Amino acid sequence: MFPASRYSIQAQRCIRALKTVQAEHAPPQHYTWRRNCSSAVMPRITSHYTIFPRDKDPRWEGVEMERFADEADVVIVGGGPAGLSAAIRLKQLAKEQEKELRVCLVEKASQIGAHTLSGACLEPSALNELFPDWKERGAPLNTPVTEDLFSILTEKYRIPVPMLPGLPMNNHGNYIVRLGHFVHWLGEQAEELGVEIYPGYAAAEVLFHEDGSVKGIATNDVGIAKDGSPKDVFERGMELHAKVTLFGEGCHGHLAKQLYRQFNLRENCEPQTYAIGLKELWVIDEKKWRPGRVEHSVGWPLNRNTYGGSFLYHLNEGEPLVALGFVVGLDYTNPYLSPFREFQRWKHHPFVAKTLEGGDRIAYGARALNEGGYQCLPKVTFPGGMLIGCSPGFMNVPKIKGTHTAMKSGMLAAEAIFPKVTAEDPASETAGLHIPEYEDNLKKSWIWKELYAVRNIRPSFHNYFGLYGGMVYTGVFYWILRGKEPWTLKHAGLDSAQLKPAKECTPIEYPKPDGKLSFDLLSSVALSGTNHEGDQPPHLTLKDDSIPVANNLAIYDGPEQRFCPAGVYEYVPLETGEGMRLQINAQNCVHCKTCDIKDPSQNINWVVPEGSGGPAYNGL
Amino acid sequence: MSRVLVGVKRVIDYAVKIRVKPDQSGVVTDGVKHSMNPFCEIAVEEAVKLKEKKFIKEVVAVSCGPSQVTETIRTALAMGCDRGIHVEVSGKDYEAMGPLQISKIFAALAKKEEASLVILGKQAIDDDCNQTGQMTAALLDWPQGTFASEVTIDGETVKVVREIDGGLETIKISMPAVLTADLRLNTPRYATLPNIMKAKKKKIANMKPADLGVDMVSRVEVLRVDEPPTRLAGVKVETVDDLVAKLKANGTI
Repeated sequence: MFPASRYSIQAQRCIRALKTVQAEHAPPQHYTWRRNCSSAVMPRITSHYTIFPRDKDPRWEGVEMERFADEADVVIVGGGPAGLSAAIRLKQLAKEQEKELRVCLVEKASQIGAHTLSGACLEPSALNELFPDWKERGAPLNTPVTEDLFSILTEKYRIPVPMLPGLPMNNHGNYIVRLGHFVHWLGEQAEELGVEIYPGYAAAEVLFHEDGSVKGIATNDVGIAKDGSPKDVFERGMELHAKVTLFGEGCHGHLAKQLYRQFNLRENCEPQTYAIGLKELWVIDEKKWRPGRVEHSVGWPLNRNTYGGSFLYHLNEGEPLVALGFVVGLDYTNPYLSPFREFQRWKHHPFVAKTLEGGDRIAYGARALNEGGYQCLPKVTFPGGMLIGCSPGFMNVPKIKGTHTAMKSGMLAAEAIFPKVTAEDPASETAGLHIPEYEDNLKKSWIWKELYAVRNIRPSFHNYFGLYGGMVYTGVFYWILRGKEPWTLKHAGLDSAQLKPAKECTPIEYPKPDGKLSFDLLSSVALSGTNHEGDQPPHLTLKDDSIPVANNLAIYDGPEQRFCPAGVYEYVPLETGEGMRLQINAQNCVHCKTCDIKDPSQNINWVVPEGSGGPAYNGL
Repeated sequence: MSRVLVGVKRVIDYAVKIRVKPDQSGVVTDGVKHSMNPFCEIAVEEAVKLKEKKFIKEVVAVSCGPSQVTETIRTALAMGCDRGIHVEVSGKDYEAMGPLQISKIFAALAKKEEASLVILGKQAIDDDCNQTGQMTAALLDWPQGTFASEVTIDGETVKVVREIDGGLETIKISMPAVLTADLRLNTPRYATLPNIMKAKKKKIANMKPADLGVDMVSRVEVLRVDEPPTRLAGVKVETVDDLVAKLKANGTI
């Protein structure tokens, strides 16, 4: 529309200034401007319609945008533990009370469980309530925990810490599970009960009634080319309308982000704080295999002021398999820190290396997780919908377990919804049902008691002694006093605001991967099986394409190159002229959401790509 | 107006890293992401296009395997096929299943359903055999248009442009015939959610190979499956003399 080359320098500056106001117009393919670090043409990065709406884009004129719509009683976004537990509970209640209920569940992964990643030590409390006969039904809980070890690591040595009963990390009575397989089993149970499950279809848009309540969701459009124009195979997504919509997108869901703003759900809580978890599955030497053993560590290679630690679980499912991983709190301050490389480095510690030597790595993945707990819980109900699971964030951080609370939140949501959705006259003020009983039920349940008791453990790490101060606090106030202290500590604020400028920090010298214990990033990403349709707009959208070089690279030395566990973000030299540009390799994305959380400019907005794209985890 | 049989195979998704089973009898498939063979998607798309152009009346999607293949048939139904046939094969028979047994099944079905065309993908991405289409044509004694990159129906004959090593070859064959789809034949459409929902109502018939008079005994026995050998690092040399010295040292010259 405005070929920039035809205008004078002054006119170009004027157009640039107006760009922020005129963001809706179809932009030229290239921007040209003068900056300190670059004097050449920057290719456009973002072409997604959430940044450049299609109703103002001439390439979309005349394209049929009508959507097919269908009605259900309840629509659930996300086929994880929370979403599936809610669906199952609804159908169980329908069967008990002999009522008809249409429950539809949409999931962006190609099959249920393919985007699921967790340690995981499952506390069977919620499962016992949902399916008391889970053993007969064949739930894949095959590895009861037999040994529990906790260590503080130094570069060469290990300090064992006794795992006393009553400490949050004590795992007696729990099971080591491959959560992806567990979620797949939950999916099978749900289908048997009559839940309509649609994997491979992502919920891309929230739909609203005229009165502002949530009407349902629309699935993603397909067949949009990389530059944002329609292809021959373009098809609109479908609308699913419901009386109430449950959002169980997991940690930092993209629709939930929108709902927080729309309904002001976070006005009375602290901003959520997160961590990134990276995980691998290894087949190890049988002689080193100890099925049922749970190992956790803190300390090396992180310094005492960077929250994080490791896990290593020995599974008992036939093969000598171990699930291991590393978690780094995303409130870290050094932009040179790379969670992936800390993970790879940790594996070389003598205590860990001795288990892995002679073994083979067979899987890799990564996902962000919640660390905020009680202080960061938002309002979870709004007209027409509610939030369940890790999306609002019910993870018990010191226990490092969130599956049992996620499942319970889904069940409580179902129990609150059922009477309203099957009532003859719902007596609702809004077209979409508002069911605040769900929030009341949460507050009366064991989820609330559990999260309240551990609320001060994570924030207690924000002191001069860092990790050690936190451990002392946990020992005194949790182990002895059970979290009954009258005060509630605060977190440090938004994770994205914690980075210090690069010039104030020292780069970290990471060792080269040796190809036996530690590996490079790209071979790891290949193991995750992630893939996306190449010819689609990058789903890692930037509100402003110029900010990565101007801000992230200039001040923080491009931290996204380091915190992304899939190598999506790369600063590469410009083809012509001096300077760098950001290259987004959207196909590598493993949907971990870390970039959306940690970007210091908060310029990256992760939106859902075409359904069935993303990792292909098998029992991770 | 006629009926077309389309074969669809459920294979491990092309982006997934394959792992050999510890006992070396095959590849790990449990819980691994599967999808429709890409060439079968192209075959389905071609069949549906022919139906939309009104050359054929009905498209039947066929798949052989255990219960999970019904998902693949549903995807074909969502792309526009009218009904499906699931030939149940499981356990040892499924592991030993190869192009010979499949082509016998397709030949029997083509006669039973009175199909005028059988459209298959040129090969499957898991075994890369490239044999089923050709064997099916031979068993039926029908002409074959393989590696098709363009298909045009003209009355009772089909004009097929084939991709061959030397370029493109155009042949005219009479119907009934067997066609196999190559990459450039078309771009398959997406199976959208409303179509998946409608596909749930379309019929998928169940049968066993014995019902078609086919015995599943394999003439091939897999002895062992290995990972490809890890590639050794290359060696860089500075001069031609160094190169010659190194080649002499390791016995190449």
